[in-house]
Amino acid sequence: MALTLSELKMGEIATILEVNLDEIPLKLLEMGCLPGNKIQLVQVAPFGDPLYYIVNDAHVAFRKETANEIFILKDSNS
Amino acid sequence: MSLQPIKVALIGNPNVGKTSVFNELTGLNQQVGNYPGITVEKKQGICKLSEFTKAKIIDLPGTYSLNASSIDENVVIELLLNKNDADFPDVAVVVTEVENLKRNLLLFTQIKDLEIPTILVINMADRMEKKGIELDIPLLEKEFKTKIALVSSRKKSGIDELKSLIFHYKKLSTEPCLHASTIDPDYFDKLRKAFPNQLLYKLWLVITQDVNFLNLDRNEIKSSFTKSHADLKRMQQKETIKRYQFINDTLKIGQKIDVSKASDIRAKIDRILTHKIFGYVIFFGILMLIFQFLFDWSSIPMDFIDASFANFSSLAKHHLPAGEFTNLISEGIIPGIGGIVIFIPQIAFLFLFISVLEESGYMSRVVFLMDKIMRKFGLSGKSIVPLISGTACAIPAIMSARNIENWKERLITILVTPFTTCSARLPVYAILIALIIPEKRVLGFISLQGLTLMALYLLGFGAAILSAFLLNKYLKLNCKSYFVVEMPSYKIPLLKNVAINVLEKTKAFVFGAGKIILALSIILWFLGSHGLSDDFKNAESIISKQSQGKNITSEVFENQVNSFKLENSYIGYTGKAIEPIISPLGYDWKIGIAVVSSFAAREVFVGTLATIYSVGSHNEEEATIKSRMSAEVNPQTEEKIFNFASGISLLLFYAFAMQCISTLAIVKKETNSWKWPIIQLVFMSGFAYLSALIAYQILK
Repeated sequence: MALTLSELKMGEIATILEVNLDEIPLKLLEMGCLPGNKIQLVQVAPFGDPLYYIVNDAHVAFRKETANEIFILKDSNS
Repeated sequence: MSLQPIKVALIGNPNVGKTSVFNELTGLNQQVGNYPGITVEKKQGICKLSEFTKAKIIDLPGTYSLNASSIDENVVIELLLNKNDADFPDVAVVVTEVENLKRNLLLFTQIKDLEIPTILVINMADRMEKKGIELDIPLLEKEFKTKIALVSSRKKSGIDELKSLIFHYKKLSTEPCLHASTIDPDYFDKLRKAFPNQLLYKLWLVITQDVNFLNLDRNEIKSSFTKSHADLKRMQQKETIKRYQFINDTLKIGQKIDVSKASDIRAKIDRILTHKIFGYVIFFGILMLIFQFLFDWSSIPMDFIDASFANFSSLAKHHLPAGEFTNLISEGIIPGIGGIVIFIPQIAFLFLFISVLEESGYMSRVVFLMDKIMRKFGLSGKSIVPLISGTACAIPAIMSARNIENWKERLITILVTPFTTCSARLPVYAILIALIIPEKRVLGFISLQGLTLMALYLLGFGAAILSAFLLNKYLKLNCKSYFVVEMPSYKIPLLKNVAINVLEKTKAFVFGAGKIILALSIILWFLGSHGLSDDFKNAESIISKQSQGKNITSEVFENQVNSFKLENSYIGYTGKAIEPIISPLGYDWKIGIAVVSSFAAREVFVGTLATIYSVGSHNEEEATIKSRMSAEVNPQTEEKIFNFASGISLLLFYAFAMQCISTLAIVKKETNSWKWPIIQLVFMSGFAYLSALIAYQILK
């Protein structure tokens, strides 16, 4: 079953399956938040939001509500 | 020889060191202005390529792609799409960073699609060895159909190669390395047939963006090729994936990365700097250090400047032939200018700190750290940047709010930023604190005056946050909220970049403020030393009549004549007229004049008082502004004018009042309506008056 990106835990790596284009800004796509790319959660801000990921070599942070619109498949060995 | 300079556009993502490359190419030979009609900064400079050939370099705003989402990014595509623009580049230089090559190349492939001769700069090449990165330059040049310059602005290498590539720009290929049209051949075929004379990728950009395209009627393209918003975005996603595929395939053969060397220091440092406890401790520690610098340690050069201007003024008086003109110089212009020059050390320090925070990459971490908290007040983590740079000047701060994606968060940020203590308030605070707070130290090393200043900064932030909270509650706006922030790699700030930045900003501030102050001090001096009535002209005989029989020295007599003259001058009349409004706040009419004149710009306050008092007093021993203010007494009660109550009342008034015409103008531009600046003016000034009134009535 597909998870949303916000369900990823610290340090875990996943593959992006799909992004909800209506809710995801183009800028995030351009940074590499695209289906097929690997994404890793590296830091959670105090109070649990925003979230800081490495995707497509980009270090990028966005809010949980955006992460909820990105669907992932966890890598089994992470 | 009158050869036209080669026009070069410098383009790149944010955080790739584009400004460093620009500084290396142009040195100090650069000028900063604005694009006509909008407040986007336009930087250009001249670079000498050979004895006869020069290049005009335009540093375009940083952008992630040609899909513009802000007016800064719009500038980039509008220039690149418009061949008739006077600045349309002969050659585009796309700056990328060696560690983020993959992402940076996205923009490069788009620009190649526009068939403009393009040079690829790979910056920060000095990091390659440390990061275990190897590049096959000839292969990459072939695949990307361009010439590559490996540049390190830190080591100052590769700049000559870049200059030579610019010099020979006519040899560059204009062939795209990837055609966007392959994402939907049918659609693009139709487009090509409908507009056979136009560049296909240009058409596509016009369809997807809100840009002006001079040669074509936009509506014509739009109506026949319109797609729904969702469809367009789907195609843009397809385009982005396609470009990344191409880039990835090319880098797979052209770039080798030794993974064992690629330790991710960035993530490790981030774990500490964005830690839920250490993160805040470090952030507030840095802020404390800045304030300590600003107030305590910069007082040394400031005292020196203050004394020098006082000496200069009396020197001018003694050595120039006596007369009106000399008075104007020694009493009007020199003290007025001195009132602003004295704050150069503090203002330069402020710009220095902000520049270092941004250049090092630390500011993005603070944004990340503060987002959740700021959102409770209707702000965004990105509001931290305007709020902190607002301590230098609200104008660039309000412009930096453009990075905030959500309109409501951005609007609230714009509205509350003027509450933060800008450098124009510093002169006022500094002199008032020095007058009313004793020069003591707490725990032996923390200066009480420094603490007071810090408290005033916190008060400014507090007012900003509180009004944001109220605005958030009562503003009914529904906006989609996006928040994307890149965490750039940490860099030790380049001395040259910081120095140029500090120099430019300080210069702009001093000359901008200097012009107003110079003009105002001349006007004030004139109004203060001329009067309408006979009382003014006959001051000496009136005073001598009054003091008949009393035994007074000639010095006292002269002072009495001077203050009588001032009271009966134009300025005296004006001040007396507004006295009923300001006396409940504890101000006399002289302060009233200073308050009124500083509605144009706050920093005028000190200069105005300096001018008024220097007209009023001819006593040589009271030469510095501070000592003059301290010596002012109420003629009726013999109490000091600048006492604790009136001082606090003044501090509060300046903390809250909206006294900056330039800020109002920029708010009008950024919000596109007069409604918001007017609300700001009324609300802030009303609040300032009330709090000053309450404070004085309690403390007096």
